Amino acid sequence: MPSLSILSPAGPVAAEVAQLWNVLLAGGTAVLALVMGLLAYVLLRAPGHRPRIRETRMIVLGGLVLPTVTLVALLAYGIRLTEAVAAGDGAPQRVRVVAHQWWWEVHHDREGASAVVLRDELRLPAGRPVEVLVTSADVIHSFWVPRLAGKIDAIPGRWNRLRLQADRPGELRGQCSEFCGERHAHMALRVLVASPAEFSAWLETQP
Amino acid sequence: MTARVEHRTADLATDGVAQQVARPHPRLDAAWANWKGIGALAAVNHSTVAVRTIVTGFAFLLAGGVLAMFIRLQLSWSGADVLDVRTYNRFVTMHGTTMMFLFAVPIAEGFAMYLLPKMLGARDLPLPRLSAYGYWCYLLGGLMLYAGLLTGQAPEQGWFMYAPLSDARFSPDKGADFWLLGVTFAEIAAVAGAIEIIVSVLKTRAPGMTLARMPLFAWYMLVTAFMILFAFPPLILGSLLLEIERSFGFAFYDATRGGDPLLWQHLFWLFGHPEVYIIFLPAAGLLSMIIPTFAQRPMAGYKWIVAAIVSVGFLSFGLWVHHMFAVGIPLMAAGFFSAASMAVSIPMGIQIFAWLATLWTGRPRLDIPMLYVVGFFFVFVLGGLTGVMVALVPFDWQVHDTHFVVAHLHYVLIGGLVFPLLAGAYYWLPQYAGRMPSKAVGAATFGLIFGGFNITFLPMHLTGLLGMPRRVYTYDPGLGWEWLNVVSTVGGFMLAAGFVAFAVDVALHLRHGMRAPPNPWRASSLEWALAAPVPSYNFASIPQVDSRVPLWDRPSLPEEIDRGVFYLAHRQTDARETLGTTLLDAKPEHVIILSRNSWWPLDTALVTGLFFLGMLLKLWWLAAAGAAATLACVLAWLWTTGDARQPARIDAGGGAVLPTQSACAQAPGWWAMVLALLADGAWFAALVFSYLYLWLGASEWPAAGSPAPWPWIALAQAALLGASSLAMRAACRANAAARDASGPLAAALVAALCATAWIAWQAAASGPSPIDHAYGSTFQTVTFFAVGHLALALVGGGFALARARHGWVRQDRPLDLQVAAVLWHYAVGLATVALALLHLFALA
Repeated sequence: MPSLSILSPAGPVAAEVAQLWNVLLAGGTAVLALVMGLLAYVLLRAPGHRPRIRETRMIVLGGLVLPTVTLVALLAYGIRLTEAVAAGDGAPQRVRVVAHQWWWEVHHDREGASAVVLRDELRLPAGRPVEVLVTSADVIHSFWVPRLAGKIDAIPGRWNRLRLQADRPGELRGQCSEFCGERHAHMALRVLVASPAEFSAWLETQP
Repeated sequence: MTARVEHRTADLATDGVAQQVARPHPRLDAAWANWKGIGALAAVNHSTVAVRTIVTGFAFLLAGGVLAMFIRLQLSWSGADVLDVRTYNRFVTMHGTTMMFLFAVPIAEGFAMYLLPKMLGARDLPLPRLSAYGYWCYLLGGLMLYAGLLTGQAPEQGWFMYAPLSDARFSPDKGADFWLLGVTFAEIAAVAGAIEIIVSVLKTRAPGMTLARMPLFAWYMLVTAFMILFAFPPLILGSLLLEIERSFGFAFYDATRGGDPLLWQHLFWLFGHPEVYIIFLPAAGLLSMIIPTFAQRPMAGYKWIVAAIVSVGFLSFGLWVHHMFAVGIPLMAAGFFSAASMAVSIPMGIQIFAWLATLWTGRPRLDIPMLYVVGFFFVFVLGGLTGVMVALVPFDWQVHDTHFVVAHLHYVLIGGLVFPLLAGAYYWLPQYAGRMPSKAVGAATFGLIFGGFNITFLPMHLTGLLGMPRRVYTYDPGLGWEWLNVVSTVGGFMLAAGFVAFAVDVALHLRHGMRAPPNPWRASSLEWALAAPVPSYNFASIPQVDSRVPLWDRPSLPEEIDRGVFYLAHRQTDARETLGTTLLDAKPEHVIILSRNSWWPLDTALVTGLFFLGMLLKLWWLAAAGAAATLACVLAWLWTTGDARQPARIDAGGGAVLPTQSACAQAPGWWAMVLALLADGAWFAALVFSYLYLWLGASEWPAAGSPAPWPWIALAQAALLGASSLAMRAACRANAAARDASGPLAAALVAALCATAWIAWQAAASGPSPIDHAYGSTFQTVTFFAVGHLALALVGGGFALARARHGWVRQDRPLDLQVAAVLWHYAVGLATVALALLHLFALA
């Protein structure tokens, strides 16, 4: 079964986010250790041992300065990353995905010919960005190939846009990630990544 | 099972407050006692209603917990067949719904209703029948939801009920109706409780307890209650629109007819995000009372905390879109909501470090409540940190709707609410029952709960990172999720065992606990001045408070209160009386004569239930009869307010001769009306938002083929309404000048009646169809709101007229007329805004 793990990225965007998780995990652990360490110290210290720090200073340092500094840094990182992963337009290859209860209708657009439509299967060229447009024919679903990028909702009445890029050929898996009714758990998507040459050949030979 | 109940060391009994033997107060007992037997259902006393709320909330926690155990069993291995898919979806939906709507908010309000009067030095909440009515609505609404589950018609769309999955096309069953109506019914209690809490904090503090001397819990509840007033109306509106769409075929969320499914998400999360802080703040308020007691020093950074609470209150309304990062919003907006979501961790950090500073500079002692405080620190800080992570847009795009978020929200909600509540339960049980908890049983229970919780939810972060989505009833093998799910299931059962152990511990405690000395934890706040078990009237005399820590600064206070040194002692009356004080500096202002036992709350809740039942079964005659009966009950209930036989002025002791509330402009009833109108205004604002949101998303508005608006007629209608408002003002002035108000009052009624009928007729005869397009749906709904509010104002005006003719409204008792006038001017304003929105905006 192809993995759905965010932690084993197969594309540049997912790799950035996996790296972000490492930063968040380290930073979060440090803050938790700091707070719990302080708490353990105040509760377990020898009676009568009273550190000399004014309470207001402690509140300002811990409650105001610490979060402000770390969050401003984190926010700057986050916004830069958001723009990086969402950036770029006009990828040469475009795919339109119409979500249904409970299957994916995938249109691979072609120049000068009608799109190649597959059910529950998406084909991608390795190493090339692909623009994915997503909508729904009924209820809200969410399009997600975790090893490539974050998710985007499929909403009736509007088209949402996502860029996918896979590093190398192979099989990946997508999964609906917005609750959509009875067969939500089974609404998976096969993602086949081929080399650009193989992909183009496949696209051209389809009827 | 036997409990080893430890003897507490004698030092607690001897130092601190002196032993106190409460003297009998037979007259107060007679006035405040609940009726016995079946009559107990008519009780309105705040202690009784609050304890009922807390016990009911705990029962719903257990019910929701049982559902969770089934969920955990079903997920514990790949392809498990414990529940079929629809049952699983129902259990998931009901688990979330129960915990959010039937446990978290009610139990927090229950704690507040129990504690606030006792902390503030009042004998009861200022509007006792309102909270009793709220309690019955909560109970009946909750039972209605569970009736759906037991009859196989439970909601199965997930607790946030996203449209269009929840509309009639995709969910033709009654499940979604059970959810929409049951939750709305239960929410009446949340709003009623919020009004009660605000009036209580602002108007019934003991003399001398200025805002700056209030216990921090009161600050927390004040902000929470205001948040409830503004956060619940969008949800109630969203539910109403969805129910109208389901029942009558209107279009609000249906994209094929000009609606927008994202409107539901906006309305839902406009409620849903403040909700998180509505749940957390009361719990933080409990901690801010418990921690100073165990540090034996006043809370550090009082003003910092107040500023932090208020800023959380405001910020929490600017975060809702972070639940919607994946719906395809502009990056600019995502960045803004990401920043706002992170900003909220600053006031959170201030509170965490203020608690740490209190312990740091105090002499902390460890006891059962403090174990839960330590548990809170670990669980809540961890949940807060994962909260910062999901506030980062690229990270959220990955983990949104996975088990990572499930883990995060349980850390925040269980850490932020359940651990403080358990700390609070162990802390205040000696105050309630006069007995001490057992350290050994308490510590073992804590171990089960803390261990079980972390074993369940810590691995779940990884489950989510490995890609397991939310709300799947099963999963394929080989994805690396199996062992993590088994561990979570084992932890879940340990956690469940912990809650059972807690229930057993409390039961043993109530029966067999060691007798508690007065004020066993040596706390500083007024509730510890009371004898235990607490007398039904709380305070034999209402104390003068001169400090933030009254019991530490004046250890003789409990004895003096009991001896009747202070206000409203030795009154020769069978009325329930408490003191109303001024808003900022708590000077004695009036005497509030409170309702005694009354059947009206239960009766009114029962007929309100008939309305919801009629809506559910689509028996429109039953719904109409229920609504009419509710209105009749409310009027009959209001008719019994403001006893005209009571003197207009009362000697409250201490040289204070004060008016009763009917003679005072600042009466609780007036405040309650103003606050109810604030909530109503938020409700209407949510409707206006919906109208504008759909308009801005539409290609053509008014929709093609719709009749044109009628601006000139609307202006004339508004002018007629304005004239009725002027007549109402004349009526108030006439009464103030001791002239008969009936004439102008009748004129106002006639003018408004004509305008209302005109507006309704015009919209019905010439307005757009509500079925074809969202334009017509919102047009008719906005009109309906205007007409409904005017009708209510007409009833209020008619009520005031009837009261005036019976001599209850006089120059020295203007309250009824004032309350009717506030409602009147508000309804006229609302209708004018509605007319402008529908008829003038469309010209632009």
